Amino acid sequence: MSSLYEEISAPPAAGVPVRRVTLNVNGQDRTVDVEPRLLLAHLLRQGLKLTGTHTGCDTSNCGACTVLFDGRPIKSCTMFAVQADGHEVQTVEGLATQSSLHPLQEGFKEEHGLQCGFCTPGMMMAAKALLESNPNPTEDEIRWAISGNLCRCTGYQNIVKAILWAAEKMRGSSN
Amino acid sequence: MALDEIKIGGMGASRRRVEDNRFIRGKGNYVDDIVLPAMLHMEILRSPMAHARIKSIDVSKAWEIPGVRLVLTGEMLAARNLAWMPTLSYDTQAVMAMDKVRFQGQEVAAVIADDPYIAKDACEAIRVEYEALPVIVNPMQAMAPGAALIRDDKENQTDNKVFDWEVGDRAGADKAFAEADLISKIELHYPRSHPSPIETCGSIADFDRATGKLTVYMTTQAPHIIRAAVAMVAELPEHMIRIVSPDLGGGFGNKVPVYPGYVISILASILTERPVKWIEDKTGNLISTGFGRDVYLQGELAVRKDGKMLGVRMHTISDHGAFFADAQPSKFKIGLMHSAFACYDIPVAHLTATGTYTNKAPGGVAYRCSFRVTEAMFFQERMVQAAADDLGMDQAEFRRINFVKDDDFPHRTAYGFLTDSGQYGKCLDVGLEAIDYKNFLVQKEEAKKRGRLLGIGISTMTEPLGAGNSREYDILGIKMFDSAELRVHMSGKAILRTGAKSQGQGHETTWAQIVAHELGIPADDIVVEEGDTDTAPFGMGTYASRSTPVAGAAVAMVSRKIRAKARKIAAHLLEVSEEDVEWELGRFYVRSSPDRGVTIQDCAMAAYSNMPDGMEPGLENNAYYDPPNLTWPFACYISTVEVDPETGVWDVLKVVAVDDCGVRINPMIVEGQIMGGLTEAYAMASMQFITYDVEGNCVGSNYMDYLLPTAWETPGFELHEVVTPCPHHPIGAKGIGECATVGGPASFVNAVMDALRGTGVRNIDMPLLADRVYEAIQTGKDISGAPPIKTEE
Repeated sequence: MSSLYEEISAPPAAGVPVRRVTLNVNGQDRTVDVEPRLLLAHLLRQGLKLTGTHTGCDTSNCGACTVLFDGRPIKSCTMFAVQADGHEVQTVEGLATQSSLHPLQEGFKEEHGLQCGFCTPGMMMAAKALLESNPNPTEDEIRWAISGNLCRCTGYQNIVKAILWAAEKMRGSSN
Repeated sequence: MALDEIKIGGMGASRRRVEDNRFIRGKGNYVDDIVLPAMLHMEILRSPMAHARIKSIDVSKAWEIPGVRLVLTGEMLAARNLAWMPTLSYDTQAVMAMDKVRFQGQEVAAVIADDPYIAKDACEAIRVEYEALPVIVNPMQAMAPGAALIRDDKENQTDNKVFDWEVGDRAGADKAFAEADLISKIELHYPRSHPSPIETCGSIADFDRATGKLTVYMTTQAPHIIRAAVAMVAELPEHMIRIVSPDLGGGFGNKVPVYPGYVISILASILTERPVKWIEDKTGNLISTGFGRDVYLQGELAVRKDGKMLGVRMHTISDHGAFFADAQPSKFKIGLMHSAFACYDIPVAHLTATGTYTNKAPGGVAYRCSFRVTEAMFFQERMVQAAADDLGMDQAEFRRINFVKDDDFPHRTAYGFLTDSGQYGKCLDVGLEAIDYKNFLVQKEEAKKRGRLLGIGISTMTEPLGAGNSREYDILGIKMFDSAELRVHMSGKAILRTGAKSQGQGHETTWAQIVAHELGIPADDIVVEEGDTDTAPFGMGTYASRSTPVAGAAVAMVSRKIRAKARKIAAHLLEVSEEDVEWELGRFYVRSSPDRGVTIQDCAMAAYSNMPDGMEPGLENNAYYDPPNLTWPFACYISTVEVDPETGVWDVLKVVAVDDCGVRINPMIVEGQIMGGLTEAYAMASMQFITYDVEGNCVGSNYMDYLLPTAWETPGFELHEVVTPCPHHPIGAKGIGECATVGGPASFVNAVMDALRGTGVRNIDMPLLADRVYEAIQTGKDISGAPPIKTEE
């Protein structure tokens, strides 16, 4: 194995431990051979080429790597890929369909909820988990729900507005 | 019929951002997203010691790990004359330590391997033997007699001093102070901070032996300066160097300098003849790359009984870390510190500045500011409040009577800057009304009777944004201009490239709006590109809020050149002389017959298919813009707080921001910049700082120790505007990106100090952590941030 995260291909080099992992990413089953120490964020980014999930701090503080794990927001930089065996993972790449954006994506653009864009995928995934459990959140509930995600550009006010925008749109479409 | 400018996304439109289309889909293109064929990965081994002699480095165990391709040490760099590099402040900086390490986190070795995990394993296998040396963590230790010499590599360097510098009128200031009714004094520390964009620094160096070309994808706010520096350091011909700055996950000044990691990755690619990727981890970013601030002030303001400011004296002592690597382009050793008090009409001022080396990370970057302007304005507004308190005068009134008046422009400041426009009193009025000043003062007194501590803090300032002009500002001798190149295709669609480089400011959106304003081409028809030195015109990059003042002006100027050529084409198409052609947005028409006209798109098509005899075909041009002066936005930030005397915790009740940045290209984006800046201001006032223990360990080397505000702590902001167009800028704009970071901190600190009025506490150094505030309330004494945190013996 020349890489830590190869889709099933060459046999591993002698002495390198390998585990076979099957996980569902954005609705699709993927089977990969990984070293047990490989982080989930790195499997997503380098192995599966889903580079929308970013790594910022390596200590689960910044939240740029937030993905949904069986629907719950987790920091993929501090979870091993092997822990995802048999689980569902949703990343930012799974938000939009071919024909339309997710209301959160529209909201972030409409309310200027991003500047450099680096925290944005993690922010939107954290917000998605919130809106799925609480379709009509208050500003405080939003601020609390995204408090595990750092943004250095916006000052958060427009992120809060973006999530409120999406919540309203999602409530409208579900009525 | 002239076009509706807002409808075509011109100036003044809160146009939604073009770049968002990829970011919201997770399709940004940051440096770590780029994968090149056969790419190797680099990891840097950093020093755990702050000051130590390197006795030996044993890399043999690293080489034994399968997948390791190269191990680099300082000796190997030295053999290629790359162990040291010049800094932007005309000092030298070690790329890799050889003789000794001078700060914790300094680069000691690097491993290049097939995989980042293998590279990390190999770094851990390197054995370095250190011999500890005395550690210096603040300027007072650095200047103490007998202090260990940090820069023993430099000839003629016998102490730890970097510079002594002064500006202003010493004798005049002394005279003013002798005649003053009252001299207000205060000592302050602006603590070390780190810009800390969420994305760290990184690079992919790709040297192609076959063509001799070096391509470097890297996190830089100034790709052309990097190209010039690489040409200098690596001794490669400039035309064989291509620097590409892809999407940047924030910059805030952190991504201006040349860092050792970039240089090492370049050498590694040359030696391995494969692309080499280096992505710094968060700790590496926080402990080794450009910090901001770390300046001490002794400030004195001479005032008359009636409140008139008569003179100001400042002495600053700055801590530059182990190498003087301030990323600043001025000829002034302490940057634009002497822009302090520019909004006040003061007859005379004098400033002395001392810079020192310490065993801390080098850098001194302009963290979301223009080269020490943040410190200048914080010191100014803390001094102003202290003087108002000493006089027993209302803090708003004290500012108002000393403001430069609207009809006094252009105004030469006491330190020698030339300001050109503003409505300072009006901005203050808007702010006071928004915060309901008089009513709050009443509330505050009533709350006090019930034991509650409310406070209100004001910060007003004008600051110099948008270096240069070229007379006074350069980097490595290159003048501080900027550039734009515009190509209008035959269908009237266009591509614009500039020498700036967005890190989130939204240039792809706003530059197109300037073109739309000048040419009437809808903004959606214009694509904007930046960051690739092979295609973008030479520019000095984006920092110090210089994009709109300089590159934005170049965009307007190149559009006007295009319009001038299009006018000739229009005259040809309309079969009239050029003098008979009039312009309205998007269209030329015949003066005597306004119905007869051609659109800018008609002219574009004709430029390729039906140009006048003798005219060069095509419709493209470029502009290099050297601004006549800096731009001087003004801001008034007012905060109200409540301090809990039982715990020292303080809560922000309300924040009002009044910004006058001249004409706003995209109000939505301007407001985004202000809110982001206010958040960094709140961060510095409340929690965000980097300190060192006595052994030189960086306290703040990860996000568990280096606290950044989340959505939960960050207050809401209320924004207001006043518009005074910049008289010398082609579209009347002034810089805005940094204003709130620069002016904001003093409004929070002044508010907490106002709440503590009557307790005997005059100053608490930032950040105003609850334990500091609590201790001040308990003891009735000031809290200085100066001494280092003690470690257990």
